[in-house]
Amino acid sequence: MTVLSYRDALNQALKEEMARDPGVFLMGEEVGVYQGAYKVSRGLLEEFGPMRIVDTPITELGFAGVGVGAAMAGLRPVIEFMTWNFALLAIDQIVNSAAKMLYMSGGQVAIPIVFRGPGGAALQLGAQHSQSFEAWYANVPGLKVVTPATPADAKGLLKSAIRDNNPVIFIEGEMMYNQKGEVPEGEHLVPLGVAEVKRAGTDVTLVGHSKMVAVALKAAEELEKQGISAEVVDPRTLRPLDLPTIVASVRKTNRCVVVEEGWPFAGIGSAVVDGIQRDAFDDLDAPVLRVSGADVPMPYNRQLEKLAKPDAAKVVAAARRVLYLD
Amino acid sequence: MTDTLPAPEHAPAAEADALRRMLRDMLVIRRFEEKAAEAYAHGKIGGFCHLYIGQEAVAVGAMAALRKDDYVLTSYREHGQALARGVSARAVMAELYGKATGSSGGKGGSMHIFDAATNFLGGHAIVGGHIPLVTGVAFAIKYREGDQVALGFFGEAAVNNGAFHEALNMAAVWRLPAIYICENNRYGMGTALERASAIYDVAQRACSYDMPAEVVDGMDVLAVRDAVARAVKRGRERYVPTLLEIRTYRFMGHSMSDPIHGHYRTKDEVEQAKAKDPIHTFADRLKADGMLDDDRWQTMEAEVADEVDDAVRFADESPDPAPEALTSDVYRDGSS
Repeated sequence: MTVLSYRDALNQALKEEMARDPGVFLMGEEVGVYQGAYKVSRGLLEEFGPMRIVDTPITELGFAGVGVGAAMAGLRPVIEFMTWNFALLAIDQIVNSAAKMLYMSGGQVAIPIVFRGPGGAALQLGAQHSQSFEAWYANVPGLKVVTPATPADAKGLLKSAIRDNNPVIFIEGEMMYNQKGEVPEGEHLVPLGVAEVKRAGTDVTLVGHSKMVAVALKAAEELEKQGISAEVVDPRTLRPLDLPTIVASVRKTNRCVVVEEGWPFAGIGSAVVDGIQRDAFDDLDAPVLRVSGADVPMPYNRQLEKLAKPDAAKVVAAARRVLYLD
Repeated sequence: MTDTLPAPEHAPAAEADALRRMLRDMLVIRRFEEKAAEAYAHGKIGGFCHLYIGQEAVAVGAMAALRKDDYVLTSYREHGQALARGVSARAVMAELYGKATGSSGGKGGSMHIFDAATNFLGGHAIVGGHIPLVTGVAFAIKYREGDQVALGFFGEAAVNNGAFHEALNMAAVWRLPAIYICENNRYGMGTALERASAIYDVAQRACSYDMPAEVVDGMDVLAVRDAVARAVKRGRERYVPTLLEIRTYRFMGHSMSDPIHGHYRTKDEVEQAKAKDPIHTFADRLKADGMLDDDRWQTMEAEVADEVDDAVRFADESPDPAPEALTSDVYRDGSS
């Protein structure tokens, strides 16, 4: 094991996959000469040259479509969005071109492509730069949606995403790039569609992805001090969702809180709760609760922003409610 | 109108064959589309159905300048391009009928015809949305240091769309072997170009990208072929993209639910355009130059009618996709 930052883990994954497959290239704003807006692509231009590390004009729709076209012709593009907020301009290409091409061509034209970049809120970036869109993409058949929460998962999942034969939405966290963690040495692949129990427990299941894994783990620590044993399940991939792992945990604990940073209505938690009520109805001792971002555009003010985001205290409060302690 | 044809005594037999082939290809499209309209009226074809009648010279002229390993992408008015590219009339008609034997297994429909075997990469139905894909295919060609070209068709209404601008700008910045063919039939559905665009000449847009461009008579199949051939040469030999504005005219409504002239254009205008019918004028030229006589023309007409009838019969008799087809092809298994 080596200790790497989330950023460097992603960098390693890109470097290894580009070395492995000459059809893999990275395209996006500032990925080359500038070395990446968040430095994920640091050093790659020097190693692979400008045909494989491609700086684009600020044209999300355009370069997302260029990526899809290159995939149609057999390459394996990795398209970086400086943030997923800007990818709304490209959502037509992601949904109408990438996600549907295989189906509407009757299986003739596959689109092996990764769209990646940071999602979710950072600090005081305001309404247009602080959004979680995973629920939007997870709604679309033909897409896979991946949200790594640790450096090891970031590396292993990105490598799997690049090798996958389908369009993969890969959402990183702006606040996670500096986070450090152990990453296995050598070839490290994490399969898509497989959840991981990040902490074992017996009294309540906390389900969270991306940054919310850290929030759930922090809540679990707090709950432990209160004598409550929380299990934290990280789906890692939201589509396809590893419901059996989540349900197995709920069958053990009989109680569940689902945490997400995005908006509540028709959010990821809705799909998780739907699966739990169907597959673990008789095992539940309380209604499943959800902790999500507030149902408002993100405010700028620091205190208001804090109120809008899920945090460990909110998760602890929800866990106590499903345990009927409050 | 005969000035670009070689004098018959100098025309090599191969060239005469090629010209007759182009005439035949245009005729196949015309008869195919007429049958598609009939089948639509009988409820055999559903959804949206956009006919290519009047524009045949654009697809046939363009394809005549391509190699088999070049790539073609297009918008949703694409039956003609698919046929001209070499997708069989059977496969295209069966797709319109939504049958399992269709080019996309009945899952694409009129607007999503794909045929990987001929590098015909769709049939796309969001106006302008496929133009960046053309740039992307051209990027892949250059990435592999290939000498193919990526050719994309779209209507003149697409040029006011951001996708057009973004895609052409990148092709020019990166010098990609892309050919952008604007089929200017004057109307984006019912909105005339001059009502939607600040400049009338679409080709002028190429100035913004420092890109070669031409305005081409889309009623003249040879003018189209020659202009596309010049663009192909630039793309293949020098990785230079081209914008071609090919002026044509749609003799039918925008789609099957749209009347032939409606409120947005006059019957006279349509009739005037029909006087320049690309098939009849080209047949007359070949006759005048001794490459076609009445017997040959009648034989050609009969053969084409048979081919299209056969396609209709094939589509009619083909099975619907099996229910399992509903959930196949959403994801491609495996990994690299």
